[in-house]
Amino acid sequence: MVMSTDTAKKFVSFEALPDFLAQLAQGACVYAPRRENKAVVYRPWSPGDNVEFAARPTESCKHVIFPRSEELFSFTRGGEGENPDDSSLILQEASEPGPAVIFGALSCDARGFLAFDPVYDGCGTGGKARDVYYLKRRAITTLVVRTCKTPLNTCFCTWVGGGPASSEGADALMTEIGNGLLFEAVSDKGAALLQSLPDASAEQGAEATASREAAQGRFPQPADIKAAPGSLRALFDSAPFWEKQTAQCLYCGACTYLCPTCYCFNITDESNGIRGVRLRSWDNCMSPLFTLETSGHNPRPAKFNRLKNRVGHKFSYYPKIHSGRFSCCGCGRCIKSCPSSVDIRKIVLDAIKEAANV
Amino acid sequence: MAIQDDIKSAIAEVLPGLSCVIGWGAGPEPLRAAPLFMRDAADVEKFTAGFLAVNNPALFLPALKGAKVGLVVKGCDARSVGQLVAENLVKREEVHLIGYPCRGIIDMDKTAAALEGRCEPGEVKGLREEDGDIVLDTPGGEVRLAKTDVAADKCARCRYPNAESADVFVGEKIAPVVERDDYADLAAFENMELDARKAFWEMEMSRCIRCYACRNSCPLCVCRDHCVAASREPHWLTQADGVRDKLFFQLIHATHLAGRCTGCGECERACPVGIPLLTLKRAFSRQVEGLFGYTAGLDQGMPPLLTFKLEEPAIKEREW
Ligand code: SF4
Ligand code: SF4
Ligand code: SF4
Ligand code: SF4
Ligand code: SF4
Repeated sequence: MVMSTDTAKKFVSFEALPDFLAQLAQGACVYAPRRENKAVVYRPWSPGDNVEFAARPTESCKHVIFPRSEELFSFTRGGEGENPDDSSLILQEASEPGPAVIFGALSCDARGFLAFDPVYDGCGTGGKARDVYYLKRRAITTLVVRTCKTPLNTCFCTWVGGGPASSEGADALMTEIGNGLLFEAVSDKGAALLQSLPDASAEQGAEATASREAAQGRFPQPADIKAAPGSLRALFDSAPFWEKQTAQCLYCGACTYLCPTCYCFNITDESNGIRGVRLRSWDNCMSPLFTLETSGHNPRPAKFNRLKNRVGHKFSYYPKIHSGRFSCCGCGRCIKSCPSSVDIRKIVLDAIKEAANV
Repeated sequence: MAIQDDIKSAIAEVLPGLSCVIGWGAGPEPLRAAPLFMRDAADVEKFTAGFLAVNNPALFLPALKGAKVGLVVKGCDARSVGQLVAENLVKREEVHLIGYPCRGIIDMDKTAAALEGRCEPGEVKGLREEDGDIVLDTPGGEVRLAKTDVAADKCARCRYPNAESADVFVGEKIAPVVERDDYADLAAFENMELDARKAFWEMEMSRCIRCYACRNSCPLCVCRDHCVAASREPHWLTQADGVRDKLFFQLIHATHLAGRCTGCGECERACPVGIPLLTLKRAFSRQVEGLFGYTAGLDQGMPPLLTFKLEEPAIKEREW
């Protein structure tokens, strides 16, 4: 009997996975989730490394495209030693990034980049202020998304338009079935990546579809947060509401730095003598320094001002100018890793309730 | 739990004279509680104590200076308050401490390890405490874990479970778990070759995302908003994503906490990527205890490294 095959779908057994990864690693830096002590982080994969499939990654994979700290250029200036009047300045462009594959991003992580894209592609400036650093990496990174089987207590991707097997933002989807992984290309980039793999059988394709449907069924009914943008705007000046919501927050950077959609940065010159580099590094709106002005004035002096901004940005100000899309993909990392158990879902729901009462 | 109701009564009794009482309430998922700020009777109803009472409420005190605040405290939390008071960072008369006998708190990482192969901690749907065990409702059925197996390391070496400085103590005091801290954890670490230790810290610190949750969760790290790590003028630390700057900050924190750290473990617990920060802190604590005979959070007066004495009683310079 001839097995029917589904040409769009590919299959790799766990046994053959290292070979496939090794093949990918020849043409790109492959980032895969790895367990390191108590955390699961995305690290460049090399032969012999395990890929962590059991626990979901502690951090998002945004740093592959938006590095924690990235050199924009380096500089050397004159004026030292023999020639104090030498005012020359030599600038050197940073080295070009190489292609990357994120293997085993979560579907929420892939959707996270969709919050970055318009902002870094010059929205609001008619495409004039495009961020070449971000766009370059974005273009040469392929996202292979692993679909989720179960929700964590902190997951709420389904509240914000996503789901355990959402393919939005992904280049390829992979689903665990039996003793391996079933791959499906979502974009041309994804198709190119999977090209060399053997086709999956129709049965394997059906198994993956069934597994994803079952996963979808394990997710609780999403809460309706359509009113969030308006409610949060209405509560902009309600300091008591925000003080109460923020009491337990210790204004660290855990939520923003683990978040797949937080995209703020800082720019510093780091020099040593006459040589230095200009760095763009992550910044976070929970820090009092984020808005500290040179005069010493700080428009967001208290932690409640800052948490209000974090929630407001994601659930009100961003959707207002981006066709209603929330700049939160519901990954729940800010809840799961918050040392003080702050729950952004609760804040949004409380705000909707509170605004209905005023 | 009967003791829980007794603590609630103790809170309700003093709440009218206080701006708030800080304790613990339900968190975002069954394995985690959250700090609870109680301002009225309805809030008090939400109070929970027990194995999930993880956060150290002393953290919030310096920011609430000027108002009288109540805290429900474990033994180790009370030590943090004691140290804040010893350093004049908090006025003792502005704090009302409600103590209870603490039998330990959960460590999420150990719980995750114990659940490995079954589910992630985030899939646990319910938790019940049964004497020395916790019983977890997981997708694959009930899982029973001994509290001692998943309790924080600090609880296995707890010398002060009873919040001795409490204004009100609810329940019967219990015996300490150990009489003396032998720093066995440090010995295990120090048995590693120097090269291996260096490699260990390089690997661990390379995960650091510089979120400073470690700093901001530390009740004794009081220059938080004016931290050298973030200062631009002078620019001590670069923004480069390297182990050098990350470890540099940890050594700054550990040095600033030398002789002040009470070992509450919040820095390590708060670290989202599980870097074993307490190892550094405890190495300093052991040193200060040995050299100056000062135990943070228990002794009155300024910690030895914040003061100057012509002669340190425990350092016999003249006999060298
Ligand atoms: S919400 Fe949590 S993670 Fe975010 S700043 Fe506050 S304490 Fe830190
Ligand atoms: S705000 Fe929280 S839930 Fe939303 S994307 Fe960021 S980390 Fe995930
Ligand atoms: S160290 Fe002692 S007082 Fe602190 S949580 Fe553990 S058992 Fe309780
Ligand atoms: S350094 Fe860590 S263990 Fe020491 S007092 Fe601060 S948070 Fe607690
Ligand atoms: S909490 Fe952990 S990740 Fe965050 S700055 Fe401290 S050591 Fe780094």
